[in-house]
Amino acid sequence: MAATEFRIWRQDGADGEGGYRDYTTDVTEGMVVLDAVHQIQAESANDLAVRWNCKAGKCGSCSAEVNGNPRLMCMTRMSDLPTDRPVTVEPMRAFPVIRDLVCDVSWNYEVKKKIEPFEPRPPDAEDGTWRIAQEDVERVQEFRKCIECFLCQDVCHVLRDHHLHDEFVGPRFFVYNAALEMHPLDTRDRLAALKQDEGIGYCNITKCCTKVCPEHITITDNAIIPLKERVVSEFYDPLKKLFRVFSGGSRA
Amino acid sequence: MDQTPYEYDVLVVGAGGAGLRAAIEASAVGASCGVICKSLLGKAHTVMAEGGMAAAIGNVDERDDWKVHVTDTLRGGQYLSNPKMAEIHAREAPARALELEAWGALFDRTKDGRILQRNFGGHRYPRLAHVGDRTGLEMIRTLQDHGIHRGIDFHMEYTVFRLLLDDGRVAGALAYDRERGRFRVYRAKSVVLATGGIGRAFKITSNSWEYTGDGHTLAYDAGADLIDMEFVQFHPTGMVWPPSVRGILVTEGVRGEGGILLNSDGERFMFDDIPPLYKDQTADSAEEGWRYVVGDRDARRPPELLTRDHVARCIVDQIKAGKGSPHGGVYLDIAWIKEKISNSEEHIRKKLPSMYHQFKELAGLDITKERMEVGPTTHYVMGGVRVDAESQMSSVPGLFAAGECAAGLHGANRLGGNSLSDLLVFGKRAGEYAAAFASEQGDVRLDEGAVDAGVAEALEPLEREGGEGPYQIQHELQDLMQEKVGIVRIEAELEEAIDEIGRLSDRAKAVSAPGNREYNPGWHTALDLHPLLVVSEAVARAGLMRRESRGAQFRDDYPRKDEHFGKVIIRVARGADGEMVVEEIPVEPMSDELTRLVEEMG
Repeated sequence: MAATEFRIWRQDGADGEGGYRDYTTDVTEGMVVLDAVHQIQAESANDLAVRWNCKAGKCGSCSAEVNGNPRLMCMTRMSDLPTDRPVTVEPMRAFPVIRDLVCDVSWNYEVKKKIEPFEPRPPDAEDGTWRIAQEDVERVQEFRKCIECFLCQDVCHVLRDHHLHDEFVGPRFFVYNAALEMHPLDTRDRLAALKQDEGIGYCNITKCCTKVCPEHITITDNAIIPLKERVVSEFYDPLKKLFRVFSGGSRA
Repeated sequence: MDQTPYEYDVLVVGAGGAGLRAAIEASAVGASCGVICKSLLGKAHTVMAEGGMAAAIGNVDERDDWKVHVTDTLRGGQYLSNPKMAEIHAREAPARALELEAWGALFDRTKDGRILQRNFGGHRYPRLAHVGDRTGLEMIRTLQDHGIHRGIDFHMEYTVFRLLLDDGRVAGALAYDRERGRFRVYRAKSVVLATGGIGRAFKITSNSWEYTGDGHTLAYDAGADLIDMEFVQFHPTGMVWPPSVRGILVTEGVRGEGGILLNSDGERFMFDDIPPLYKDQTADSAEEGWRYVVGDRDARRPPELLTRDHVARCIVDQIKAGKGSPHGGVYLDIAWIKEKISNSEEHIRKKLPSMYHQFKELAGLDITKERMEVGPTTHYVMGGVRVDAESQMSSVPGLFAAGECAAGLHGANRLGGNSLSDLLVFGKRAGEYAAAFASEQGDVRLDEGAVDAGVAEALEPLEREGGEGPYQIQHELQDLMQEKVGIVRIEAELEEAIDEIGRLSDRAKAVSAPGNREYNPGWHTALDLHPLLVVSEAVARAGLMRRESRGAQFRDDYPRKDEHFGKVIIRVARGADGEMVVEEIPVEPMSDELTRLVEEMG
């Protein structure tokens, strides 16, 4: 057991003045940051606000910045952090703070509503079922692992630094688009929306999102770049462009 | 009150599998529908479900059908289930699974491209549709994404703490939002409770903070009956080390893929104690058990896949006999399959990716190479709101319940995989019948007095100064339930627990929660004490009344099944003077057809 110092962000309401406050608590073997925060909450800060649910890296509720790194608090082991200085815990900085470590992520839920929903092709068999190869299931599994922790949104500079929330949906929703576009049964087309409304062009593939993903989804290489390629071939392929001119299509 | 009431035909409380499925159905038949959830959308406990969803589709073994499924369920529940619910569940689960696929869910496939099904405890044939070991995530995301395009209103991070009544009929609910601490009134012609379970009443649990028995208590306070509350499922395999992860679930899928249980002497102890009811269905050698795992249709299942109540008790016996692992569990070994298959490490990572991940990151252990340490953890409550089998309506008109907070399907013990299918089958039915009730019945009146009284009561912990903090009471209750109302129970300890719960209830009425109303966990914990105490008392009292051992209830002072208690279930309700009333009522009768089936299938 070792007394460990923490610097935790405290903020009283969205418009309140925020700042770090220092706490000390005993850290025992195997503890994760969320355990320490809960212990502090029970011992000395009953009203310290923190969001959490499963405590097993499956629900994506306890996202925060630990020593400046976007992390799930439940999957960050204390033994992996340096012991020579206090552990800093603060809310995700790309979203407005509601209180302490809890921030307002409702924008993400609004974005999702606007994305073209799934629509399957007609069933393959008379009993109304489909035949799908396991390898086609596995191709999109990576994207469907997403637990919506929004750490990728937190770290994306288009949102965090440039605040282009109205023109850009962020890495989470490119992964979501990829899951739908590469779904073996889906029939809808989301490429025009990706280009025009969802701002995929703003991503300059710095791969910050991939680095922080707790599910190890290769967001940039496997989701965003293939979507960018599809958008390019749909809208900028000279032959397709020519075809559209002669067929009277309006996309360009 | 802060704002004018929200108004809906159907109000759904809870946004896990059952709540979402109910809302989708209610809105599909044209009802206006609002959903209240304690957390953000998509974070409910369903997301944690790993193994899969039981549905007798018969893709892997065509001998499977609803008849086998219903008899498996009834046997697993030690014949205390509501037989009609068990039949509806078995008949409708395949359609509910296939419908998820039409909404975008992707399950693992057979070689010919159909939905793959896996083995699980107590299921005679491979029956669980699954996606690796993250089936719950696939299911909740599919329902959530389908639901948001249907015009359902979601009220995230709201907690309902009281139901409103109009002349005995449900009329809505009173809630506060966690973010700002504002109170909101919901007026609704019918209400579906889908709030999940009660695991936070115990110290070691796989359940999150949300699982405080809210739906159970809302129904109880409104006058509805609870049944089967003595039956709390302790999942045999939770993590035991390191201490901070104690209780986190290790999916039964590990055993379904060939994982075996060993004591400190390296003995595979599950072969030593096979209950008579399952003797004919269980392998009698390690060799036969493995053949079952790899799909030999003539082989019987290994004893690790006996029902959860039995496996949990065998583990406790090993620990008590001094044959436990260093941190008070036993060993679960999947790495051993390297003796049987050449690419075992890759196979394990592919079949059990989240387990691999979970042990690697939280315990620093590689399950493809090393044994895990596991022990029982509070996982699920079979007990809940007593409902009509067809409609899911409780004894309070207009009040419905589905999923874990409802009771009847699982009897004395739930089979793994029957929960996800339960959520969908009965979530759909609850939504459908709640919408019908709303359209057939007229408008409801709101009782302003009850609203004001509810708000005043909820504010008391914030306004009271100098009282005890809520966390101390919560921790004492969890220790008490773990110690005296846990896996092994005896009369004297149950009586002590009931007395102690009474004292804790008195202390809970005098707690203080410092701070203001905005996202104040101390205040929320103070408000969660009432439901936790109600369900704890119900579990202890029902457990005391059932003087026998059956399914999830093990009484050290009555270690055998008793004929009388095989014919009754325990009903818990609020008496006229506010006291908890507990009584025996007869088990629901079985139809002649089901009786024949049960006899035929043995």
